[in-house]
Amino acid sequence: MKILVCMKQVPQKDAPLKLNESGTWIREDVSYEVNEPDAYALEEALRQKEKHGGEVVVITSGPARAQQVLREALAKGADRAIHLEDDAFVGLDALNTARAFAAAIKDEQFDLIFTGLQSDDYGFAQTGVILAELLGWPHATIIMQIEKNDTGIRVKRELEAGFFQFVNMPLPAVLTIQSGINKLRYATLIGIKQAKNKPMRKVALADVQSALTPNLQKIERLYVPQKTKKTETLDGPPAEIAKKLVDKLRNELRIL
Amino acid sequence: MSAIKFKGVDFIEFDSLLTDDERLVRDTTRKFIEDNLVPIIEECNRAGRFPRELVKPMAELGFFGASLKGYGCAGMGNVEYGLMTQELERGDSGVRSFVSVQSSLVMYPIYTFGTEEQKQTWLPAMQQGEKLGCFGLTEPDFGSNPGGMRTRARKSGKEYVLNGEKMWITSGTIADVAVIWAKVEEEDNKVRGFLVETDRPGFKADDVHGKWSLRASVTSGLSMQDVRIPEANLLPGTGGLKSPLMCLNQARFGISWGALGAAMSCYDTALQYSLLRKQFRDQPIASHQLIQEKLVWMISEITKGQLLALQVGRLKDQGKVQHQHISMAKRNNVWMALECARMARDILGGNGIADDYPIMRHMMNLESVKTYEGTHDVHALIIGQSITGIDAF
Repeated sequence: MKILVCMKQVPQKDAPLKLNESGTWIREDVSYEVNEPDAYALEEALRQKEKHGGEVVVITSGPARAQQVLREALAKGADRAIHLEDDAFVGLDALNTARAFAAAIKDEQFDLIFTGLQSDDYGFAQTGVILAELLGWPHATIIMQIEKNDTGIRVKRELEAGFFQFVNMPLPAVLTIQSGINKLRYATLIGIKQAKNKPMRKVALADVQSALTPNLQKIERLYVPQKTKKTETLDGPPAEIAKKLVDKLRNELRIL
Repeated sequence: MSAIKFKGVDFIEFDSLLTDDERLVRDTTRKFIEDNLVPIIEECNRAGRFPRELVKPMAELGFFGASLKGYGCAGMGNVEYGLMTQELERGDSGVRSFVSVQSSLVMYPIYTFGTEEQKQTWLPAMQQGEKLGCFGLTEPDFGSNPGGMRTRARKSGKEYVLNGEKMWITSGTIADVAVIWAKVEEEDNKVRGFLVETDRPGFKADDVHGKWSLRASVTSGLSMQDVRIPEANLLPGTGGLKSPLMCLNQARFGISWGALGAAMSCYDTALQYSLLRKQFRDQPIASHQLIQEKLVWMISEITKGQLLALQVGRLKDQGKVQHQHISMAKRNNVWMALECARMARDILGGNGIADDYPIMRHMMNLESVKTYEGTHDVHALIIGQSITGIDAF
């Protein structure tokens, strides 16, 4: 099976966030890491390859720094990488990101495309689904298990309230992968060395520009929630205070 | 244990001096240690137990002989190797010592001084962690002055017969093979290295008990009474005391980085603690001038130590490093780390002495690290010799 894994570099989860001057996104100079669900998507792709053979290709879009997620993926065992390299890719909405990816892989023939369920920064959970639509492929989301069968694949989806759904799908298909479905491997030191010699195709903004349209979605303002704290003093005899307190807890705060 | 995940110590954008690969090696090692060693290290230290279950996983990641080329080894650069030992020692000096001995003191001499047959026999198996090694140079009566060693090798037909005692040998009782340094009687008492399989008759290893330091690694004494080995076990490239000192230079370089890891662990613990611990007017002790001064001393010295280790690593990659450079890095960084441990212990007050925090363990470990592989004072004499031209040994 030939599998493409879409990966994203996101600000480190526990890093202190610094907003940019216009207050629309995070400043560039924070620490970055691999988007967690994407790491599980990569792991699942590597396991599928170990079972069925084939090739694992990783793709990302973003500035030069984003290459780090591809290097790590190559060190863990991906065969080659595609980097859509331009600062402008950071500001694309999910539709345009999917369009850019679709344009970048138009000459490739994949059996499966994996994305993480969603990104840890924007949290759209849309790129994979839109990519499937653009390619005209079936898709399934929140995937916990993938088994190859004679007609295609059988996947296990996570639903609400502890329910699961099993779906038979034809190939090619797009799957968005849930976090925690497998145990992530470490990049080995020899893997890190070998990654240097693996192919990395660079795609410039100009190469995919014709597929893009103005963003349909735009962040107006990003801000740190302001803490509001109000102290109210209840006066009167104890019985009256108790009555007022119960009333507030029951009817205003609804915790009784 | 600190509730907040360790994210490295980088005050002056040190990371920007590293390549992508170097950062990836460090981050991979950090994650491995965080997942696998940190959760068990205090228990190992208490019990005086070497976490042997980590040998195989460490081998799979490529930690053994990581800077050697071929034989399954990763062929890493010196800074990559250094960053790996930094993260290992942030976990524990004992575990880092085990890796250093396996890599720098056993695999390195086989790689550098051995025959192709010796390399084929030992290096792939050691890289895989299937065979473990130890290094026998120090003796009960000869530490800083290894030239005085009493261990002797005598030629007898197609064999050598070894007699002598070695002391303070990391991994002695778990090793499959020992690199033994001995004076060869037939060669005017020239020091040469031998590969001695530890199951040979007359070879005995016993653990040192009652250690207050490096409790998560094995430390042993070796005794050899008429141990007969085939002459093919001589490491042919060895000749004179320079050979073991070349091995020690490799290990000392790793130590100079490792000590940074121990210092970072102490600094990070003290910083987190000082932000949470409240005293006087319900203020965190991090707001106290005397606490800030200690934290500032630590991060300043760690930062200087990082730059020193990095430059020595870059020189080593270029083949320009001198042994006195490595001496300075080892001497400075281990001393600095020990001072950091003591300051961190001060900041944690009574809590600093319990193994809920890693500080006392690092402090006790570092007392060994300050002494082994050339004591702090001996490294002063090496640097002194290099700047004055006068040998003060």
